Amino acid sequence: MSSTVDKSAPGQATPAKSAYRQMEESIDLSAVQQPVFVDGATHELLTLNMGPHHPATHGELRLLVTLDGEIVRDIKPIIGYVHTGIEKTAEQKAYWKVIPVVERMDYLAYFFNAYAFCGAVETLTETEVPKRAQYLRVIHMELNRIMSHLVWLGTSALDLGAMSMFWYCFREREAILDLFEYSTGQRMHTRYFQVGGVMEDIPAGWAAKTKAFAEQMPTRVDQYGALLNKNEILLQRLRGVCPLDEATLLELGVTGPLLRASGNPWDLRKAMPYCSYEDFDFKIAVGEHGDNYDRFAVRMQEMKESSKIILQALEGLPEGPFITDDRKIALPPRHELATSMEALIHHFKLVTEGFRVPPGEAYFPIEGPRGELGCFVRSDGSSKPARVHMRDPSFVNLQATAPMCKDAYIADLIATLAMMDPVLGGIDR
Amino acid sequence: MPDQTGLELLAQQVGDAVPDSVLGTLHFRGQATILAAGGQIREVLQTLKDAGFAHLMSVHGVDYYPEEPRLGVIYELLDRSALDRVRVKVRVTVDAPQVPSVTPDWPTAEFQEREVLDMFGVQFAGHPDPRRILMPEDYQGFPQRRDFPIGGEPVLFTKDHGAGDYTEQR
Amino acid sequence: MNPSFAVVSYYEPWWIQILKAVVIFAIILQLQPILIVGERKLLGRFQGRYGPNRVGPYGLATPLADVIKLATKEQFRPDTSIGWMFALAPIISVVAAIGALSIIPFGDTQDIFGTQVGLYGLDVSIGPLFVFAMGAVAFYGIMLGGFSSGSKYSFLGAMRAAAQLISYEVSQGLALVGVVMTAGTLSLTEIVHAQQGMWYVIPQFLGFLIFLVASFAETNRAPFDLVEADAEIVGGYFTEYGGTRFTSYLFAEYINMCVVSLIMVTVFFGGWLLPFGINPPGWLDPFIVLGKTSVFLVFFIWIRATLPRVRYDQLMSFGWKVLLPLATLNTLVTAIVLVATD
Repeated sequence: MSSTVDKSAPGQATPAKSAYRQMEESIDLSAVQQPVFVDGATHELLTLNMGPHHPATHGELRLLVTLDGEIVRDIKPIIGYVHTGIEKTAEQKAYWKVIPVVERMDYLAYFFNAYAFCGAVETLTETEVPKRAQYLRVIHMELNRIMSHLVWLGTSALDLGAMSMFWYCFREREAILDLFEYSTGQRMHTRYFQVGGVMEDIPAGWAAKTKAFAEQMPTRVDQYGALLNKNEILLQRLRGVCPLDEATLLELGVTGPLLRASGNPWDLRKAMPYCSYEDFDFKIAVGEHGDNYDRFAVRMQEMKESSKIILQALEGLPEGPFITDDRKIALPPRHELATSMEALIHHFKLVTEGFRVPPGEAYFPIEGPRGELGCFVRSDGSSKPARVHMRDPSFVNLQATAPMCKDAYIADLIATLAMMDPVLGGIDR
Repeated sequence: MPDQTGLELLAQQVGDAVPDSVLGTLHFRGQATILAAGGQIREVLQTLKDAGFAHLMSVHGVDYYPEEPRLGVIYELLDRSALDRVRVKVRVTVDAPQVPSVTPDWPTAEFQEREVLDMFGVQFAGHPDPRRILMPEDYQGFPQRRDFPIGGEPVLFTKDHGAGDYTEQR
Repeated sequence: MNPSFAVVSYYEPWWIQILKAVVIFAIILQLQPILIVGERKLLGRFQGRYGPNRVGPYGLATPLADVIKLATKEQFRPDTSIGWMFALAPIISVVAAIGALSIIPFGDTQDIFGTQVGLYGLDVSIGPLFVFAMGAVAFYGIMLGGFSSGSKYSFLGAMRAAAQLISYEVSQGLALVGVVMTAGTLSLTEIVHAQQGMWYVIPQFLGFLIFLVASFAETNRAPFDLVEADAEIVGGYFTEYGGTRFTSYLFAEYINMCVVSLIMVTVFFGGWLLPFGINPPGWLDPFIVLGKTSVFLVFFIWIRATLPRVRYDQLMSFGWKVLLPLATLNTLVTAIVLVATD
């Protein structure tokens, strides 16, 4: 850092502070540093800056923690360290080019991000998505949900000290990523979902492989359960730790497994079905006490339910087109380009300018792995969105950290943070 | 989503409870929007809360450039028992971007209003912690506004710091 | 001469003493890289991966590369640290860990080229107490390191170390009292000789379990690695350490692991004795001891791969409310049985 500004010798005239330094000093941290009231306490509280690079903050989360010995008295989450302005970037791109950008928000739920965006645009353009495309989307999203939960399980077990779980979970995650690579060409950020359907049909043999995986997954979950669920140390670390009641969670807008752990069976897949979820028979896992163990158990159960959905969707996968035949939105098939002048024009228009969307606003909420993932899209009639906003579940759920972890131990704070499963890419966008 | 009639009835109900608060309604692609007056947003949302829309799922900021008033704050409400959603929109000008904060009634809005403040510069009166959330504390400007330039963002490196004042390079 | 120190039944020339010290130190020090690469290999296998396999054949030269890397690192310390303490703390840790090695018996007295040599550093008549004394000194290494780093994470680690090491040392000590009473001696060599008929693990099984659990806490190994819990307090006491100082802490931890394993072998598993009347030649004794020790080392690694970390308050209440009463009970019952059968 510059030494010319700060370290002036005494007696010497202090050099004028740079505008940056003045601005830096003018930052008011009073809201952050307000003293925490502990009744009758005469001892000093320790303020600890956990993060932004702390091994257990799942990314670049910074927690300003006020400690009374080992006990957490106050937490202030400070975010924005991986803010990359994706929403701003999305405004500069044609609709179909936005998809790979929004996929990179919550990097563990890329299919969900893509679907939320595509769904909002499909609402605006009133595009009918073929049934086969909907089923393919469901299969990919549920695989993605399992994948996201596997990363959650591995990393939170690592935070709790059970390091081997990390590799076991990533072994299954690799299998899912291989399936993604097989069907979409990419392991992550696949850009498989298009407005109006999916990019291409699944390759031969993919369905069989996915079926084998989905059949195997519940036994894998049982194996994880055998290692974790019967471990007295883990149970003591999770049972009854940092519970939060349903009413507070609802007030804080918390959704997803965190809310379901407190006993509220709110799941958009059941409540307001989208993308043919009404065709599938699955259960919603709910907890009882809303403590860390319930959060853990709900997600474990969800992995099993997701594999059930995948099996049903593969079973009933309808024949038909995989993308809408509206040539104004979806690219024409390759073979038409050689024979049809019209197809060539459509192709040219779509690739150069993209499609235009009628002016209006739409909000499209879906059930992501972490809760309600909503995409708000405003169109001004051009081929680029005027506003793309993601209602990211991690961002909203993060507000529950302080009420959950107040007066808990540091170790419980870490455990709770792990069980909340925030993804900082989604929070900061 | 309430249908066209349901939306009008709902708007009527809100207008009766809070006079002069409903500026219009919009039913587009099956999604219902109530355009509300900025100053009364707390009362409007409270009325809707009593009408069953008890959950605030999301708060968006929007810049309607070049339309006036330019800025918009959008509240997505959810009724969990009737499985219904309604959107409430407030428009404010860039010169006086003030909206009462709904955080006292809806704690979930705290981060989301901070995000709107951060990105669009809408001031939320009565917000418990009105600071930037995603951008640095000392950041100038509101990046999600449509007239905010793309690129040319000076990056603070140690090597630039001694050389000059990076804030004045813009 | 101090009567409580080095009461040996024969005379050993001074050069043999020095030679033994050098040999024991060299062998144990060379064991550490093997232990480290073994741990990483084993962890890899437990976790369905290969472990290090890039440097040297089967990745066996990985620790060598690690040491070169660590030794060539810059020696830095935070502005807020207390310099001399910061430098001294890892030294204390290593010295205390190695010091405890000096009394471990690796074998019986052997006749080497006409000279009577005991295959141990010293045969002190206060055996276990010496080990605990060294353990207590090692605690200063951790405590001072955490305290002098001037970092809050280190400070928290030091606080945890202070509470954890002291409370588990009590149970660890009491767990050995039963053995000492049964053997009627504090000399580790004599304790091994007393296990001629039956290893003490059978009559003192509870004592063994308590000692085993307390050993995990004493060596800061999972599931009791709260002092350095990387997920919670980043690295605990060695958060701010790097380069050779960090290496010293690492070596101290692994040597400590060896020491407690060796103590367990000596006290509960008959040292160099083999069961079923097998009586191998004397020069095999050290290999038998090291072989038994490696079983415990693998056990340490296995536990690390399996169990999650306990919480701080659970650790403390387990130590004081479960282990200590059990150890006391074990001592009492042993005493009663001894008196009754005497």
